[in-house]
Amino acid sequence: MHSREAGSATLALGGSWRLSQRLPRLARARELLDAAPDTTALDFDTAALTDWDSGLVTFVAGLEHLCGVRGIHCRPDGLPEGLRKLLELARALPQTGRGGHAMQPAPSFISRLGSDALDLIQSTGEIMAFFGEGTLALRNFLLGRARFRRSDLWLIMQESGADALPIVGLVSFLVGIILGYIGDQQLRQFGAQIYIADLVGLATVIQMGALVTAIVLSGRTGAAFAARIGTMQVNEEIDALRTLGISPMEFLVLPRMLALIAMTPLLAIYADLLGILGGAFVGTVVGGLTLSAYLTETQLAIGWNHIIQGLIAATVYGAIVAASGCLRGMQCGRSAAAVGQATTSAVVTSIVFIVIAAAVLTILFDAVGLS
Amino acid sequence: MRIEGITLGYGDTLVQQDLSFDIRCGDVFVIMGGSGCGKSTLMRCLTGLLAPWAGRVLLQGESLWERAPAGRSVLMRRNGVMYQSGALWSSMTLEENICLPLEQYTELAPEQMRAIAEYKLALVGLAGYGDYYPSEISGGMRKRVGVARAMALDPDTLFFDEPSAGLDPISARRLDELILELRDSLGTTMVVVTHELDSIFTIADDSVFLDAETKTMLATGNPRELRAASPVVRVRAFLNRGDAG
Ligand SMILES: Nc1ncnc2c1ncn2[C@@H]1O[C@H](COP(=O)(O)OP(=O)(O)O)[C@@H](O)[C@H]1O
Ligand SMILES: [Mg+2]
Repeated sequence: MHSREAGSATLALGGSWRLSQRLPRLARARELLDAAPDTTALDFDTAALTDWDSGLVTFVAGLEHLCGVRGIHCRPDGLPEGLRKLLELARALPQTGRGGHAMQPAPSFISRLGSDALDLIQSTGEIMAFFGEGTLALRNFLLGRARFRRSDLWLIMQESGADALPIVGLVSFLVGIILGYIGDQQLRQFGAQIYIADLVGLATVIQMGALVTAIVLSGRTGAAFAARIGTMQVNEEIDALRTLGISPMEFLVLPRMLALIAMTPLLAIYADLLGILGGAFVGTVVGGLTLSAYLTETQLAIGWNHIIQGLIAATVYGAIVAASGCLRGMQCGRSAAAVGQATTSAVVTSIVFIVIAAAVLTILFDAVGLS
Repeated sequence: MRIEGITLGYGDTLVQQDLSFDIRCGDVFVIMGGSGCGKSTLMRCLTGLLAPWAGRVLLQGESLWERAPAGRSVLMRRNGVMYQSGALWSSMTLEENICLPLEQYTELAPEQMRAIAEYKLALVGLAGYGDYYPSEISGGMRKRVGVARAMALDPDTLFFDEPSAGLDPISARRLDELILELRDSLGTTMVVVTHELDSIFTIADDSVFLDAETKTMLATGNPRELRAASPVVRVRAFLNRGDAG
């Protein structure tokens, strides 16, 4: 492939150079050049070349670059006419922009730590700003000045509330059955199956009903909020709202917050009922209790304080799901991939904050004597 | 509208710097330049969406970016904007899209609003499409509805981001004519982002040329005069399709 005479070398290129084939690596040419350090000029001999496409163009372009670095003069005369033109075309067009991202050395542990900390501070700032704007929107709503469409609110309430009934019902019923079985296995040892009703009833009303509802909603509704608002961000729909002086916080976020704050407690009550039903199913079929005994025991076990705890928790979770979905949607970048990320991160954010809220609320209720 | 020493960027990337020019009332003003040079970015700044790093945007003597957000949104309401993609609200019908600004800022009765929406749709040649959803019409139609929506509140200034991009030549010509007719009949100031030469020479009274390499404006003035006599080679080349003459 390589013949030479006094300082100048000729590279013979032969056969078929197509992208669909295995092509020689540039490293091979580099070896050849390294092996002949006294070369000052490079010619091409393409007599044996049968056909070629971009595979050859990029190879020659790379070769020219290698030669440039080594101070070797590349003489393209031997190349096919079309190929020379293509090479010139790539060189002639003005390269706009920054010419690609600059290569950055891999950051050290310390600088990674630093930039992570800065990211954390920035995202905390964004969340704070979101809550600030959200509070302002809520104030405007209470003053009757918020700009949003009431029809949107009803539609969102229906989509997030009524349409979620089957799935929330199913999951709650099954969780009731699981709790019932666990209770039955333990309490059977003492012949105290009647307390299955207490166990299932209390666990469901205080925490599980609200938690199950919230987790279903975060996957179903929170993700939908993020996708919806994120897509609007991509399509400049949010810009169009802003230029009209309509705050997206009031127009998009507020109705979603209100809808979930209103619907989650209602869904949680429904989840409680189906959870208790699931427990009753186990209590009667497996535990051998009568349905009326089970329900009476449930009634005795559950007090208003428990119901209030559950409802407060559900309201808080609803607000968390709506806020996470909307926050991630508003933060969404301007590409389809960003919408996907926004959706995922909405679900993750809401579940993390729901679990944190559950813990905090449990401690709080205990402190104020509600439990 | 006066622009004084505007510098624009995202994060820490500079897009354009040191832009100063005037947009006279009732003119068709064209922002031109190669793709990616920052035309849309400049428009985002002029319409109140992106704060400049430095400089001022004066609307009838009032500085857009030095006002509190509430005051700014009052100023912004006098502008109508047509976005590159149309940016119609996808959950609403075309009629609802046009009615939303009216609902927010006027006391009109619903049937009055519907009549206005129908009239604006007719202006852009889409009478009878009021109850279609944005997903049910073509890209070019969406752009025209975008124009209709931008005109909903009869704004003082209309901004267009690449109105004719992606349109067939006849629709593009129609849109240019529409811009001129609206300017002549309503006296609306038009700010048009475009790089279509035909369109530029048909509609522009005045223009500014943004350059991607030097990241600043290279010329301002009537594009026909610039084509003949701009001292800057790159501007002449752009206006003569690459041939600097
Ligand atoms: N949201 C954004 N974040 C960061 N950079 C952006 C963003 N939008 C545009 N840019 C950059 O700003 C420059 C100008 O973009 P733009 O104003 O859209 O150009 P055009 O003149 O084609 O409308 C481009 O180089 C682009 O990479
Ligand atoms: Mg653009």
